[in-house]
Amino acid sequence: MINTGQPDEEIIFRVLKGDQSAYALLLEKYKNYVFTLVLRFTENREDAEEIAQDVFVKAYRSLADFRGDSKFSTWLFTITRTTCLSFLRKKKLDIQSLDNERTGVQLENRESGFNANLVEQKSKHAMLNQAIALLSPDDAQVLNLFYKGDQTLEEIGKIMRLDPNTIKVKLHRARQRLKDKLEKYFAHEVREIHAD
Amino acid sequence: MRIKAEMKQSKEKLFIKNKTMDHEIEKRVWEYLDGHCNEKEKDFVKQQIADNTEWHSKYIELLGIHKLLQEQDLEMPSMRFTKNVMEEISRYQVAPATKNYINKNVIRGITAFFLTMITGLFIYFIGQMHWASNSSNSLLPASLDANNLNWGKMLNNSYVNIFLGISAILSLILLDKYLQAKKETGRTEH
Repeated sequence: MINTGQPDEEIIFRVLKGDQSAYALLLEKYKNYVFTLVLRFTENREDAEEIAQDVFVKAYRSLADFRGDSKFSTWLFTITRTTCLSFLRKKKLDIQSLDNERTGVQLENRESGFNANLVEQKSKHAMLNQAIALLSPDDAQVLNLFYKGDQTLEEIGKIMRLDPNTIKVKLHRARQRLKDKLEKYFAHEVREIHAD
Repeated sequence: MRIKAEMKQSKEKLFIKNKTMDHEIEKRVWEYLDGHCNEKEKDFVKQQIADNTEWHSKYIELLGIHKLLQEQDLEMPSMRFTKNVMEEISRYQVAPATKNYINKNVIRGITAFFLTMITGLFIYFIGQMHWASNSSNSLLPASLDANNLNWGKMLNNSYVNIFLGISAILSLILLDKYLQAKKETGRTEH
């Protein structure tokens, strides 16, 4: 995460005291995390930006409700998840069960588009992002929160309103599915990574 | 024929056993990589990775994915994102903390009020039942049927009228509070 040089609590205190510009520090620190999480739900950058913007406005307006029981990031990611889910509900998108992998036509369409991009995007990171995009939003979210969001199993449990042990299982399954996708579509690249 | 079938069956069993073992190794290696296992388990996995080729190759495989996930790039929103959010929030003020305007005693009072009313109504309904049963096997009262209840008597009852009166007054108070709060919020926003 970007180091603002100040603890989050201090910045929040300044904002609550009326220094609105201090909020830009939190925004700079967390915008990429929030945006990445949102993208796992929407796949559309324009929608993702709109939702991410909404997340930060909501967080600002309810900042006085942040009691400091958890990390600010945990609280912010909880708002992100609920905002994403209500956006999807509003748009009547096919959420299906977030526990399950995308299925049928949806996955097929994604995978055919994905194959077309394969030649152009060869970098390791692009490969990983493509593989994560093939997972269910829940799987992708668990991976992002664990690896990039600096969240513990307990904190992810709080965000997703699930027991930490369930999160542990979900994390294991998400990695398993990711491994399957990597083996299916990037067998050669994966072999190179193992050789490194 | 029988030998062939037996061989096929044992092959399948072996395949399932290997698959289960594979999953078990993976699970333990992931926990080792995440640092979620205790010291004893950590030593065991470390030892297995050092001695056992199967464990070692699984470790190398999962370590690659683990590193890849750790080095994963984050997506970036457009350059205007921060500016847009700051412009948007300039129109608002931080809302007062929920705990400041939601009094827990009020919530407890409302809960107690409804619980009392529900219990009262329940006791009243029970009192209206004719418990003489038609058949000796039936555990239900003979007049459990809603048609048998004297609704007119209940609704004319002064207790019900009092309940309706209190509910109406409470609703008006809550509506008044809500409209006042809305007015206040509107004033602070503009």
